[in-house]
Amino acid sequence: MIAHAIFFYFFSIIAVVSAIMVTVSKNTVHSVFFLILDFISISCLFIMIGAEFLGMIMLIVYVGAVAVLFLFVVMMLNVAQQKNQWFISKDSSGHIPIGLLISVIIFFELIIVIGGWKYKPDLFNSTKLTTSNEISNTHSLGQILYTDYIHIFQISGMILLIAMIGAIVLTFRQREGVKKQSYLKQISRERAEGVEVLEVASNKGVKIDD
Amino acid sequence: MIDIGLGHYLTLGAVIFSIGIIGIFLNRKNIIVILMSIELILLAVNINLASFSIYLGDLSGQVFSLFILTVAAAEAAIGLAIIVVYFRNSGTIRVEEIDKLKG
Repeated sequence: MIAHAIFFYFFSIIAVVSAIMVTVSKNTVHSVFFLILDFISISCLFIMIGAEFLGMIMLIVYVGAVAVLFLFVVMMLNVAQQKNQWFISKDSSGHIPIGLLISVIIFFELIIVIGGWKYKPDLFNSTKLTTSNEISNTHSLGQILYTDYIHIFQISGMILLIAMIGAIVLTFRQREGVKKQSYLKQISRERAEGVEVLEVASNKGVKIDD
Repeated sequence: MIDIGLGHYLTLGAVIFSIGIIGIFLNRKNIIVILMSIELILLAVNINLASFSIYLGDLSGQVFSLFILTVAAAEAAIGLAIIVVYFRNSGTIRVEEIDKLKG
């Protein structure tokens, strides 16, 4: 129990500090690195609490794909050098106090919800972990993912497909001056436009205009 | 304090959610950091779902969390593609210079 507390506070403090650093950091590349640290510590929390499959998938998907995609785009767009101050122009800083106010209000609303729910102890017992020992987390997730949630699973596959097609269509551009093979042109070529029969007079060459 | 319950995890989720919202409002730099804040918000939602699922012994929360993961990955891909196209067309992704819609 004490080990649970120690690991929870360790990982959650790392997660909160790196989340703050994501928003506050002046360099965008540093923000991406702190985002990776945040994902890793949260997935450690998941693995510790008993959701091993979710933690591992989060490592693979978020750290392996999403964060690397962010890093790739940041490097490609070369915005890392825009090391400006947080609040660039004085006239556009009207959002900031309102934004802080709104987020603080949201935070306290969530805390009130959690606290009020926590002090209603007859709702259900919320202090013990309910993990079964006879079947692993991955096994039980697979058992319900491919039976009860099979339609949603397939729809999420369609979402990924649409996202892939959309990203390709958005960033695809036709370049000028690149030689490409056109099958239609090759197939529909006639003899008349490729071959010309000439009468060659003797002692005179043939001038081919090309 | 020592006895870690569901409330601790929910509080962690609330803190990260609020930090994500602060990041959206506070950021005047470039739009990639806004996308990262959205990822933080989705991460907070994932924490809530997974901890509820573990503490209540119902596996549906983890399944929903998987689907949120999928949608987050798709959203990041599309959003970054839009950002790349915008940068190619206008040469900047600074937040205060993106004002074509005059909103």
